[in-house]
Amino acid sequence: MDIKRIDEIIEKHDSEESSLIQILLDIQSEHHWLPKEALNRVAEKLQVPLSRIQHIATFYKAFSLVPKGRHEVHVCMGTACHVRGAQRVLDAVQDATGIKPGETDADLKFSLETVNCLGCCALGPVMEVDGKHHGNIAPSQIASVLNNCD
Amino acid sequence: MSEIHLQIDGKDVVASEGMTLVDAAKSVGITIPTLCHHEKLEPYGGCRICTVEVEVRGWPKLVAGCIYPVEKDLVVRTRSEKVDKVRKVLVEEMLAHAPDSEQLKVLAEEYGADKDRFDKHPSFCIHCGLCVRYCAEIKKKHAVGFVDRGSNREISFFPEIAGKECWDCKECFPLCPTSALQAAYVLAESLMSPPEEAGGCGCSCSGHKK
Amino acid sequence: MTRLSSPEKLECARKEIVAKIDPSKPCISVCAGAGCLASGAAEVIAAFKTELEFHGLTTEVNTRGTGCPGFCERGPIVMIYPGEICYLQVKPADVPEIVSHTIKEKKVVERLLYVNPATGEKVTRESEIPFYKNQQRNILSENIRLDSKSIDDYLAIGGYSALSKVLFQMKPEDVMGEIKKSNLRGRGGGGFPAWRKWEESRNAPDPIKYVIVNADEGDPGAFMDRALIEGNPHSILEGLIIGAYAVGAHEGFIYVRQEYPLAVVNINLAIRQAAERGLVGKDILGSGFDFTVKVHMGAGAFVCGESSALMTALEGRAGEPRPKYIHTAVKGVWDHPSVLNNVETWANVPQIINKGADWFTQYGTEGSKGTKIFSLVGKISNTGLVEVPMGVTLREIIEKIGGGIPGGKKFKAVQTGGPSGGCIPEAQLDLVVDFDQLTKAGSMMGSGGMIVMDEDTCMVDIARYFIDFLKDESCGKCTPCREGIRQMLRVLTNITTGKGKEGDIELLEELAESMGAALCALGKSAPNPVLSTIRYFRDEYEAHIRQQRCPALACKEMIAFHIDPAKCKACGTCFKQCPAEAIEGGKKRIHVIDQEKCTKCGTCFDVCPKQFGAVGKISGEPVPPPVPEEKRAL
Repeated sequence: MDIKRIDEIIEKHDSEESSLIQILLDIQSEHHWLPKEALNRVAEKLQVPLSRIQHIATFYKAFSLVPKGRHEVHVCMGTACHVRGAQRVLDAVQDATGIKPGETDADLKFSLETVNCLGCCALGPVMEVDGKHHGNIAPSQIASVLNNCD
Repeated sequence: MSEIHLQIDGKDVVASEGMTLVDAAKSVGITIPTLCHHEKLEPYGGCRICTVEVEVRGWPKLVAGCIYPVEKDLVVRTRSEKVDKVRKVLVEEMLAHAPDSEQLKVLAEEYGADKDRFDKHPSFCIHCGLCVRYCAEIKKKHAVGFVDRGSNREISFFPEIAGKECWDCKECFPLCPTSALQAAYVLAESLMSPPEEAGGCGCSCSGHKK
Repeated sequence: MTRLSSPEKLECARKEIVAKIDPSKPCISVCAGAGCLASGAAEVIAAFKTELEFHGLTTEVNTRGTGCPGFCERGPIVMIYPGEICYLQVKPADVPEIVSHTIKEKKVVERLLYVNPATGEKVTRESEIPFYKNQQRNILSENIRLDSKSIDDYLAIGGYSALSKVLFQMKPEDVMGEIKKSNLRGRGGGGFPAWRKWEESRNAPDPIKYVIVNADEGDPGAFMDRALIEGNPHSILEGLIIGAYAVGAHEGFIYVRQEYPLAVVNINLAIRQAAERGLVGKDILGSGFDFTVKVHMGAGAFVCGESSALMTALEGRAGEPRPKYIHTAVKGVWDHPSVLNNVETWANVPQIINKGADWFTQYGTEGSKGTKIFSLVGKISNTGLVEVPMGVTLREIIEKIGGGIPGGKKFKAVQTGGPSGGCIPEAQLDLVVDFDQLTKAGSMMGSGGMIVMDEDTCMVDIARYFIDFLKDESCGKCTPCREGIRQMLRVLTNITTGKGKEGDIELLEELAESMGAALCALGKSAPNPVLSTIRYFRDEYEAHIRQQRCPALACKEMIAFHIDPAKCKACGTCFKQCPAEAIEGGKKRIHVIDQEKCTKCGTCFDVCPKQFGAVGKISGEPVPPPVPEEKRAL
């Protein structure tokens, strides 16, 4: 945990209390999670109660209080994808990875999340792996896509 | 402060600007039930048991009596059929969490709520937020707070702070209408280390403290 | 970059930019919106660059990534100017042919054109494709006229002229008057008249005021705001500054959800470019008017689309809505008057100022003026963004523009308004689309998501889907919303898993009534998907409860897959692909599904060759016993 780097992020946002969420987003995007030491540092530097930071860190979906896997798998559960069979895609991903949405496997290989809408409804159902979209995906294709991740 | 005339349950009421409907009703002897309301704390409007019906430009709508400010010529109904139906469901929903809460039992009696209407939920908390707000607003300690959102929302003590502040305070305990706070505290206690000067044994048993 | 310190300098700069544009110079525009990028637009753009370089045409041909033109179904979309030739579903492999044929020889690559499914005719120009022809694209059409990362492109099409007009020729009251006359209503949800918020805020005595862009587009299936902020960010910014001038605000916020990374990049870039040109910041265009703006990223919470929750988030807190008995226009961010409108609303403002309220009000119905962008998705042939004048019928949108339902399926319902809206059945398809008519039908405009559903969609499952969505997305502060949703979800899950019982529908209605006591508009409107499906599709609820039958054959726990022994040709396709190994088969042996092992993933149903159609779904009746072993030989 590089506390100096956390301080830099805080300073980039002028140590402003109202930028708390923006600061946490920056930390999340660098570390892929929010380590406890980072949260304590933010609380100390911005002079905000830890309870507020904990509430924010658990309230917003972008944040994670545990480390994420090497590959982030997102299954779109937007309405358009839902009517085109997103649940079946999700079931297949769960079968292939052995984890449920919100979980990371023990080897820290995959993290699985559902997302509400990726906004590419024409491609539904959509699975996103490490930022790459797999559109019009059938449950039977899932295993081979995930097997390609190392 | 200027006087505001309004009507509550058919009674003419004179209130002063800034008063809430709960306070205005109280001044003429009408009680609007509350759970999350506390006069020392900022208005919250979370439990909605104080829901009343008001008519705004002829349109009825449901509002929270503990935060809605008095308005000139407002017509308020605190016990309409709709209000009673809503309160009954709310009490039943909260009873699914805390069937033994005395305050809820009294409300259940009043509104004919069935404590077994909905399946029991393992968490006792009804999210009135009294503990969280009391700790933050009055004690300024922030030892207990809300975490998560939606149906996963719950209260949680933060061991780092609670370990230092809670042993000698516990002023929030009597505020809790259920046993949720006790439960959350017991859970957190195991993670706390007692303050050095208190000379505790370090375990969570009450006998060795002090 | 020189600051433009007067309206004259702005016009000079504009003339210079326009003078440099050679209308005869070929330009390749590729949609670089998120939808097309997901289908490979970035690779197509890269291929064009390489190919043009190879032919030594880099300086003779422009290439640009534009905003989304809307026809996402057929992306990546490439437009070639002059000529407005429109190529659809372009792949990197098509690029050499486009360059050699269209750019060099001025010939059309026929196979990449749109084919009218009704007539078989090929269509060359974008504007003649029925999907576009039947729209009124006042806002969206600008998207493809500019490179979304170029302020010069925006200036070239008249950008910031409305701002200049407002600052030098109009008083704030005049701006207010024009917006009031246009009767522009909020495009983000409830349709509240924009001028009323503006006026309330302007009249509030507090000298510190804020204007806010709500780009936290959270309705699943809605992406028009993203297309606008990604594709034409300057138009949003210009609208916001005009609003700030009208209400007397000097600070603004743009709240963009972090799930839209490209939108975040483009709006930040636009603000930087505008600041360099003196179009944002101190003394804008030398008018003496100051305005600064900050981008705030939303961290993933649907509830933050609600204005008071969004304002709480701007203050750096968990986005819980606040009671709005005093409007946020009077007491908003840090208790200062705050005007919040959504992206599309702000995008309309420069056009109303430039072309006048009378121009704007020629479109639309009595109570709903102008055009509205819808995202037409789900079981529809032409998925995409559609801009139409208010007052067209749902049927026109779905059939004429959307091209109807694919696969010869039957239309069942269209869901509008996101999780606060409702489902509208076939019988109401001639309903004209405006704020008030949709509300009367038990739905709402919302931000403009339009999800089309066909006979395979179960309406009870759709109700369950939305309530399940809200279970996680409710902030959880007030009892009726948090607990009401929890209980509704239990009942709906029971119904869709075959455990429904008499009285469940009435219980849902009772819970819905109690949710009228919720703290914010999202909680109050949360039961709408349930109530509207009960209203129009009660028979589906009853079939689930009374006959244990899902009429749409969609609810997993209530269906079984079965191979018709008379139709099975023992091709082995389902046998090989079944992930649960639940199919017994063999060479020249009729295949049989082991119901115990079957996980109902539906793979066998999908892969059974169309000409056989041997796999079927059964609901509400027992599965026929398996063919005895000895009779399985074909």
